[in-house]
Parts: sequence; C-alpha cells; structure tokens
Amino acid sequence: MKSIEELNFPSDVKYTDDHEWAKVEGDLVSVGISDYAQDQLGEIVFVEMPEIGDTFGQGDEFGSVESVKAVSEIFLPIGGEIVEVNSELEDAPELVNTNCYDKGWLVKIKPDDLSEMDNLKDQAAYLEMLKG
Amino acid sequence: MRYLPHTRQDIDQMLAVTGHADLNQLFETIPDSAKTKTALTLPEALSEWDLNTEMEELASKNAACGSYTCLMGAGSYDHHIPAIVPYLISRSEFMTAYTPYQPEVSQGTLQGIYEFQTMITALLDMDIATASHYDGGTALAECALIALNKSKKANKIAVSSLIHPAHRQIMKTYLNPSEYEMVEIPADENGLTDVAAFNAMDDIAGVAVQSPNFFGNIEDLGSFRAGADEKKCLLIASFTEALAHGVLKSPGRFGADLVAGEGQSLGMTKSFGGPGLGLLAGTKKLMRNLPGRFVGKTTDSNGQRGYVLTLATREQHIRREKASSNICSNNGLNAMTAAIYMASAGKNGIREIAQLNHDKAVYLKNKLVNAGFKSVFSGPFFNEFVVKAPSGFADKRRELAQKHNLYAGIPLESYYPDMTNHYLFCATETVSRHAMDLLAKEVQ
Repeated sequence: MKSIEELNFPSDVKYTDDHEWAKVEGDLVSVGISDYAQDQLGEIVFVEMPEIGDTFGQGDEFGSVESVKAVSEIFLPIGGEIVEVNSELEDAPELVNTNCYDKGWLVKIKPDDLSEMDNLKDQAAYLEMLKG
Repeated sequence: MRYLPHTRQDIDQMLAVTGHADLNQLFETIPDSAKTKTALTLPEALSEWDLNTEMEELASKNAACGSYTCLMGAGSYDHHIPAIVPYLISRSEFMTAYTPYQPEVSQGTLQGIYEFQTMITALLDMDIATASHYDGGTALAECALIALNKSKKANKIAVSSLIHPAHRQIMKTYLNPSEYEMVEIPADENGLTDVAAFNAMDDIAGVAVQSPNFFGNIEDLGSFRAGADEKKCLLIASFTEALAHGVLKSPGRFGADLVAGEGQSLGMTKSFGGPGLGLLAGTKKLMRNLPGRFVGKTTDSNGQRGYVLTLATREQHIRREKASSNICSNNGLNAMTAAIYMASAGKNGIREIAQLNHDKAVYLKNKLVNAGFKSVFSGPFFNEFVVKAPSGFADKRRELAQKHNLYAGIPLESYYPDMTNHYLFCATETVSRHAMDLLAKEVQ
C-alpha cells in the first residue's frame, strides 16, 4: 500500500467518508471509488453493479467491489436513479485500480437533488480525514 | 487425509503439556449434569466370527438390490456400480469424515473435486458447477433461494407439482421461515407441468421444473424458458435421474439459469435413501450467487499447476451477515464417487447406459400393457413410466416380492390421492429380460 502523499486526489470531484467520489457532469453525476480505496482493496477482480433504472438515496449501498482479499460494499454519494453502469468493468475490473477517476468509474446517476453534493467532502477536507 | 485415533501415549504427552493429571480433569469445565455417569449399555465385545454371524443375520432381514429385482425408481435408482468405484473410493485419503480443503496437503482430493465439477458441467452443458451439496432436494432449495434473493421485486417461486414430493417438501421447509412463498404449478392431462398455468402467474422470481418429472415424463423445458423470459425470472431445471442426461437434450441447451439434481445414479448405492449427492450448476452470470464451494485450477509461485478453493470471497463464505446461504460444505466422498463413475464410464459409456435404460423401460411398458395394464401418458419418457394396474394387482405385487424377489413399481396414491391403482415403474440396465417376462407372465 502507498502513503497518502503517493496517492492521487483530484480537486474537481467530491468525496464521501466511505471513500467514494462523485463528479457533476452536466445533468448527471459520475461515481467511483477513490485512489485510497482502490489502494486499500488491492487487485480488484469483480464489481457488482446495480441495474439501470434502480433508484437509491444518498448513502445507500448500491453494489460491491471484490478484490483478491476482501469484498467491500459501495455507497452512493448522492441520491438518484442509475442511468449508466460502466460495462467495461465486466471484463476489465482492474480499470478501477489503474484509472479510478476516469476509465474506472462505476455508475452515472440522475440526481434527485444536486444540493446533496454539498454534504460531501472537498479535496482538502478528504485529505485531512485520511491523514487523521 | 487419514484419520488416526489418539493412542494412550499421545494422550499422556498432551496432558503433560496442558498440565492435567487425567482426561477427567481436562473435561472438568463440562457441567456434571451433562456428563454420562454410568458406563454405556453396550453388549459384550464379540469375536470376529460371532460378529460376522450377527451382522449377516441383521443384513439378511433387508431386501437389498442385487438379490432382488427392483422395478422401483422415484428418486433412488438401482444401477450397476463398476468394481473400480468402491475400490478407489475406499482409499483412506478419500474415506474420511472431513473433506480436507487445505491445498498444501490435499491436492489429490481437490483435483478430484475439480474433475467432478468439470464433468458435471459437461453432463449438463452449464458453465459452472459447485463442489456438491447434501442431496438433490437441498440443492434445489438453494436454487430457489438464489432466484428469490436475486429478484428485487418478486416474492414467489413457482414449483412444478411434478417435482419429486420429497424435494418439494424440502423446499417448503427451507422457505417456511422466510417471507417468500412457494406456489405449485398443476399437472396437465398429459402428465406434464401445465405451462399455461405458469404463464398466468405473477410476482414470480423463478420457476422450477423437473425433467424427467416424477411420472417419468420428459418436460419441454423450452416452453418454460420462453415463459421465464416473459416474466424476467430464472429457469431452474431439476432432475432425480442424472443418467437421463446421457440421452436427453441438456438443461444448458434449453437455456436453464440454474440446474439442481440428485446424483445418486452416478455410482452410489441406494443405501435406504441416502446419503445422496446434490448437484448444482449455473450460468457464469450467476457464478457469484451460487452457494457452497468451488475448486479452481491455478498455478503456484513456481508456475506449477495446483488446485485450491476459489471465489471464496463470495458472500456466503466471508460476509456471513450478507449470506443468502450458509452452506459451506459438500458431500466430498459422494462427489468423488460420481467423478470416478463418470470417468470410468466415459461420455460414450454414459450415453450407452442411458440408452439401455430407456430401451428396457420401453420393453417393460409394452409387456405390461400387453398383460392388461393401461398406459396412462403417451409422451416420451426415460426409464420410468406410469401405468394403471388391473384390480387385484396390490395383492399380486406382494406375492411377487415374497415368491419371486421382484419389486413391481411404486403405488402413486400416497403421493397423488386421486391416482388409485396407478403405479410408477422403473427399469434400469440391471433389470434382465427374464425378470420382465416373468412379471408379465405373472400378472397376465
């Protein structure tokens, strides 16, 4: 595992306490797991995804990420409807390890209330939490 | 892995390490009320000679297949078991109370289970098979749970009323404490599961159909596949006679999502109805939802082939609180038995045995119909079929058992009350033409 300094935390996304990220892209919000989360999990072998059309509230469990050593539930940073899932992860789950903020995104949601984004941590607050 | 009991010397050495004077002191934390205070009431030890006599006397009270002609199936079948099967399976590495899963010491066992899984997927044309379950009934109940857990909305499992009655009872037992409901699909006049009745049902997470069904008739799984697609529910194909797959179109080619069945026919004796062998297979898509264990093939750090338990991060194993099933066990010895049976028969052998079963059953049915029995269903069957017997057959049947060591069919009335005088007959490869001719002559 890497030290916090070696990991990448872009400033254009928001973070949850459970180590997911969310990024507003037009009407939609992309969701993934942070560099810290993928580094902790290790080699990811499977991502269990929700179905398109499923709806969740903020903080709801919407799937799981399975690595060679653990299975971790993933929680939605913002409530809404699943409109897209990253089907590339079916055959290449390791994209979550190598490109967790772009090619390794998990789902795109149509948010119920975009102001829920304000409940999430920005880069500085998330880094502060990680450094404890 | 061998089972070796502790010797007096082993026990003394261990007591010396733990610092206890004797075994009673070691067990002093067990409350007195839970301890047996008097000696066990066991008979005196016998000499080997006397013991053999006693055991033979006890055994002679049973009517075992071999000395009897068995024309009864209904989930437990009298098949020939090649001598290689009991010979190999009685090796002490296999015949142990615990299935050893540690890869460091158990490569032979793990490879055996891996080969078993591979052959089951080939027999059923499915992507993946588990390391086995207790019996066909519990495997089927597990499949029902998978379908119910997978479905976010539907709460019911549709179950053909022509699935083995014992298997339906097990499913009911499994589902009883849950919020899920089991609904039965009635039979139609052809002795097949009524697909129209299934199509009219709603709130269905999965549909379970047995083929050949309890009456021996071969179901059209394709029409249930179509109905399941319409409802977006899972198709579960079940069976009690594994050897039927030697000639039938496989459940995988019908597009079954899950297959559950009894594997007793693959080299196991009937043994008063158990232990059986639960076979469970699924599509790759459902790989992470299957219960129980899988053995996978991998390479070690030196690049050499090795076998290990795999997909162990599935819910039921590690995330217990999320589990849809807590089954982490398998019927190791019987799975090994089936693997040895299938490997010794081979693909062509299984096809030939299956064909022989069918041919003998057709012969028996024709003989019985010519002798005055009534054919009840006209569709295709494998090695079991239903006939309506002429009056007086119940007495004749008892006489056949007593005088001719021949067990002629199973009365269906106890399972389906309106089927008075209906009998389920079975003919396997072990039944001689002589025995079938004798039966026909006796009932004429």
